[in-house]
Amino acid sequence: MRVGEIVTAGFLALLSIYLMWKSAELPIGYISGTGPGGGAWPFWLSAIMLISCGCIAFNWWRGTSPASQSDEPVLDSHGWRSLIFVGGGIIGFVALVSVISMYGAIAVFLFYYTWFLGRHSLLLSLSMALITPVALFFFFEGAMRITMPTGMSFTDPVFNFLYDIIY
Amino acid sequence: MEVLSLLGDGMILSLQPLNLMMILIGVTVGLFIGAMPGLGSVNGVAILLPVTFLVPPGSAIIFLAAIYYGAMYGGAVSSITLGIPGASTAVATTFDGRPLAKKGRASLALVTAALASFVGGTIANVLFTLFAPLLASVALSFGPPEVFALMLLAFATFVGLGGDDIPKTVFSICLGLVLGAVGFDQISGAPRLVLFDYNGFLQGIGFLVLAIGVYGIGEMLWTIDQTRGDVTATTPKMTVKGMASDTKEAAKKGWKGTMIGSFLGFFVGILPAAGATPGSLMSYGVAKMVSRKPDEFGKGSVDGVAAPEAANNSASTGSMLPMLTLGIPGSPTTAILLGGMVIWGLVPGPRLFVDEQEFVWGLIGSFYISNVAALLINLAFIPVFIWMLRMPFTILAPMIFVLSIVGGFAATRDMFDIWLMVGFGLGAFFLRKFDYPLAPAVLAIVLGPIAEPTLRQSLLLSSGDPSIFFTRPVAGPITIVALILIFLPAIKMLRRMRNKSKKPA
Amino acid sequence: MKLTKRSLLGLVGASFLATTPMQALAQDWQPTKPIDFVIMAGAGGGADQIARFIQAVAEQQDLTNRPLVPNNKGGGSGAEALIHVSTASDPDHTILVTLNSFFTTPLRQENLGIDIQTFTPVAMMGVDPFVLWVHKDSGITTFEEYISKVQEMDGEYVMGGTGAGQEDSIVIAYLSGAYDLDIKYIPYDGGGAVAKDLAGQQIMATVNNPAEAKGFYEAGDFVPLLAFSDERMPAYPDVPTLKEKGHDFSYYNQRAVVGAPGMSDEAAAYYQDLFTTIYESEEWQGYLTSESLSPLWMNADEQRDYWALQVENHMELLAALGE
Repeated sequence: MRVGEIVTAGFLALLSIYLMWKSAELPIGYISGTGPGGGAWPFWLSAIMLISCGCIAFNWWRGTSPASQSDEPVLDSHGWRSLIFVGGGIIGFVALVSVISMYGAIAVFLFYYTWFLGRHSLLLSLSMALITPVALFFFFEGAMRITMPTGMSFTDPVFNFLYDIIY
Repeated sequence: MEVLSLLGDGMILSLQPLNLMMILIGVTVGLFIGAMPGLGSVNGVAILLPVTFLVPPGSAIIFLAAIYYGAMYGGAVSSITLGIPGASTAVATTFDGRPLAKKGRASLALVTAALASFVGGTIANVLFTLFAPLLASVALSFGPPEVFALMLLAFATFVGLGGDDIPKTVFSICLGLVLGAVGFDQISGAPRLVLFDYNGFLQGIGFLVLAIGVYGIGEMLWTIDQTRGDVTATTPKMTVKGMASDTKEAAKKGWKGTMIGSFLGFFVGILPAAGATPGSLMSYGVAKMVSRKPDEFGKGSVDGVAAPEAANNSASTGSMLPMLTLGIPGSPTTAILLGGMVIWGLVPGPRLFVDEQEFVWGLIGSFYISNVAALLINLAFIPVFIWMLRMPFTILAPMIFVLSIVGGFAATRDMFDIWLMVGFGLGAFFLRKFDYPLAPAVLAIVLGPIAEPTLRQSLLLSSGDPSIFFTRPVAGPITIVALILIFLPAIKMLRRMRNKSKKPA
Repeated sequence: MKLTKRSLLGLVGASFLATTPMQALAQDWQPTKPIDFVIMAGAGGGADQIARFIQAVAEQQDLTNRPLVPNNKGGGSGAEALIHVSTASDPDHTILVTLNSFFTTPLRQENLGIDIQTFTPVAMMGVDPFVLWVHKDSGITTFEEYISKVQEMDGEYVMGGTGAGQEDSIVIAYLSGAYDLDIKYIPYDGGGAVAKDLAGQQIMATVNNPAEAKGFYEAGDFVPLLAFSDERMPAYPDVPTLKEKGHDFSYYNQRAVVGAPGMSDEAAAYYQDLFTTIYESEEWQGYLTSESLSPLWMNADEQRDYWALQVENHMELLAALGE
């Protein structure tokens, strides 16, 4: 945790500097007669962010924040595993949306999570993975009139069939 | 009194069998739309607007008002049970609603939210009925300097929100404000902070993208890591008796917060530029300030649930006021309703109250009826929401992720925003690990885009002279109070530090 | 509960749906998916109102076999909408409701790489004129009084609008140039906010579409001084035009529907027929009258020519603005 604290603060400081630099594309000063320029608001707030990072680093050096005193690893092996499996699962989910449509991706993700991570029975996992997207389809497309991504064109026949049902 | 007879007519109209059925259906649909992270009353109203084109305006508005009320109640449900604020108005509800749910008192939190919403809605309705035209002139007297002063006051309540680590809290507030500035500079009309020159940032970063990322993904990942994936299910018991005692407890512990929220929320809500989010936030802050047990706030205080919930209902009703009396939308939902009024052949504006009395009072009357219906239906559904919480975590967690992604897409209709949401979620996970409070960032992204333009509009008005915030009769006192509140803790802290340094000597 | 359009219709007891004929001109091409009906403005503004009105007419008369799904993309003066539509994966199901930012935004932000001539013309639903408004308590009743007041205030006269480079700022810039006025201009985020601050007298005058100021006008709070239309407007017969004052300038906000670049000819024909039907409907004609829009019907080729002309005009106007 102790190393993580300063690395995080360092990273956030870099982010602040980037935001300051980016804000400076617009005037950041006080233009007489009209008030602050277009970049002033984000620029000076980013500057405060940078100062905060400085304070965080100072507290780290003094060792006043709980994280800066802890020798625990940021993530132990279990933590890493769950982050990679769950976080990675979410990333995979979102990536799949543009391939096999939102509803297809939901089915795959739910099955992956309940069966592989949750160790539920195959029957429960499969039924969750199938019922949820269908229910969501009728809720969003039928009732709420919100169209979700349909993925690549090979899913069209399925969706055309479904749209015929609801409209 | 003429007003009361008009109101009575409006209520009788709402109580006709067909209209009553529409209220019940509208409230139920609204409740579920509102409970869905990402969807809110604006979706419900927008979708059903074309349908209302087919029926007389009187019936149409009753249906829309029912959905509006249902969704307002529903917002608290996802804040409490899932820990994801479904709308910016419900962020403050998570502060104490979530801890209560984690303690196994979800039913208490839900009952409190429902009761507070009911009281808030009712008080707002009464104020509305009695003082509408008077309040409209108050709303008009709020120009940019007044709105900015009010935002300062909202920021003052932040001071009490953050964790113990001051630099991290300050960082979080500023991060939210800067993220809110991404996209376009309203004053000069120039693109601003288009990060990495990627066009997707031109549309700015929406509140929901950050909120769902932080709460729906980041907070969930953190919970999984913290509990090693094995959340000891706090099996809340759900009995009629239990609910009765919850009601008693909610009334006893939450009345103060409810009162604060109802009145404060209403007055902030009637200002078109401000809206329900600052209202609920300020109510939370004030409730904490005046509470005899301020330490309980953030750990599951009943007042902490009651105040923002009363406020957001009250403010949402209040935001109808500028719409009906002036023809000016106070929120996205009322903007859609306003469009609906044009479709129905009504002219929004100051004449509406005079020329279309039947319509206006029918709407207000249906508010009263919808509010009662929403309370009863919400209470009836609480066992369902509780039952959801009892699902095994390995089923609840993926469902929350799915709802976050689907709801996020429904709100923004853009895959880029979904990627951004996932990015925020992973970032929030690490920041959470290092005790960075993230609620301030989530609220700042809502308040920033109100505060910055009004600040700069004011300075344009005064030709760059900041004294405009102190010399105007309404803005002046608000600014001064806000500044005192902001610097009070700092002064206290300095004094404490001085005392400390004296002691060892 | 599954809530669809039809179950709701049944609910509210509207039965005339069945009696309205399907669209007379049967087409070979029919949409197979919900139609992404993109709006170049946020919820609640003038363009949004029009889009939702159109959607309501289409829905009421059951003109489409797939719904028009309104999609507000107002970010960046419509840049968000232009990018969304020009990169649409399915151009046959993507149409856009435009304002004049359709012309100005690509000019002001060349880095977007948007060429509006690649878009597909669908229908010109009408044009929205602009009017100069003041509050009744200002005591100003004629355009001449306004001019002398602004000159007298010498840079302290405050007007509000929807932002630099937006339609109203172009009009105000022209006015300032033509009469040598020094106006303090406060940008707001929408026409509604502008009207509210004029009603509260936070600002002294605005240039607004009649639709946005109509309520206050009828209540007697707003006084119209000057119309920026070609001829006097039927709803405001006593309001002179700038042309009468000797300046050859008129300015309208276009309310047009365009298709995504790369839309097939069959789909374009379908939408052109669809919007012709909507345009000719009683509801739309009534809307044009009640909201003081002027009709300006054009076929597809005329629309393209109109775009080219508008781009040229706006280039000059923006150059005059110093953009």
